[in-house]
Amino acid sequence: MASTTEETAGPSARPPIEVRYCEVCTFPLEYCEFGSSFSKCKEALLQEDPDLYNKFYSEEALQAKLGTLSLEAQSKLEKDTAAKEAKAEKKADALLKKKMVTIKRIERNKRKFVTSIHGLEAFGVDLKKAAKLFAQKFATGASVTKNPQGLEEIVVQGDVSGDIVEMIEDQVGLLKGVPKDNIVEIEEKKKKGGGD
Amino acid sequence: MFKKFSPSTDISGQTSVKSSVQRSIRAAVLSQWKIDPDTFEQIWPKKEPITLVKCRDHISIYTLHGEPLFFQHFDEPFFPTLHLLHKYPFILPMVRIDRGAIRFLLAGAHMMCPGMTSAGGYLPPADAALPAGAPVAIHAEGKEHAVGIGITKLATEDMKKINKGVGVETVTYLGDDLWALQKL
Repeated sequence: MASTTEETAGPSARPPIEVRYCEVCTFPLEYCEFGSSFSKCKEALLQEDPDLYNKFYSEEALQAKLGTLSLEAQSKLEKDTAAKEAKAEKKADALLKKKMVTIKRIERNKRKFVTSIHGLEAFGVDLKKAAKLFAQKFATGASVTKNPQGLEEIVVQGDVSGDIVEMIEDQVGLLKGVPKDNIVEIEEKKKKGGGD
Repeated sequence: MFKKFSPSTDISGQTSVKSSVQRSIRAAVLSQWKIDPDTFEQIWPKKEPITLVKCRDHISIYTLHGEPLFFQHFDEPFFPTLHLLHKYPFILPMVRIDRGAIRFLLAGAHMMCPGMTSAGGYLPPADAALPAGAPVAIHAEGKEHAVGIGITKLATEDMKKINKGVGVETVTYLGDDLWALQKL
């Protein structure tokens, strides 16, 4: 087999190239300008590694990057990326505001309830550990389940909704970081899996 | 291919692969990519079993210790993941697109011929011409790392001659859902 790649195969094993990925947008550093968080990427890089920052964003580097695009195409490109970044930020903010922790009290029988909490993982709470914590605190069963929408929630036996709100307010243990304004309490009368 | 891909809904199953099948995959990959066995040994040691993750649309992703290495659609050529391509950029032949086309590629568009035949683009010269249906690494003008991986829809000579329509179909690009999938 005529192999024309003799020279590239030189040393037996070629080591991988180490790529620096941006902490903010996970792209290789040179592609941050196309991501949706360019200004944050620049800040992060400036803090971490000023030399690399200069390599990419100093005056000569920017000039060289203009490449073969005409001036108006280049400015249009910049405007578009700025608009995209603004849109992505707005979406992220809206998402943050919408992140409610929903505490539902579902009726199981006439006088028995279950409490379902969902939305905690949006705040970085480890659901399994939180479920264990609740189970210990309230001496009942608690588990992590997937509801029909595909979202995970913690289901605690008994009506502990008020106590959960208190625990979140007091920022007990690993419930830290959940702001109390984001809690919503609902009562549900639905019967789970009722017959048709 | 990975424009909309969410692990929770699009993965149908994970299985380990029989060693006979593993051997055939290893041989196929070695013949399709410009890689030599020792380097490939670094990526995928002989002793390690890979996992096959089956996804919708007959897409199979092969992972090692949870990290996706390469994938294929039906029984077509194997494509490395972009992460893998960044580490070993020589495994696929390269085409380059000009600066204006980058943002369209990053939105998932396919690459049109003019993007590669214009001043900022690059196609392999006639003696290294690629046929249609070959996996290629898509590089961007002024950047050292690949932006995406595609498959040629036309032979590179035809792209230069006809210069109209889709030249390279984008299979995966920087920032798509496969890129976001670090662990499977």
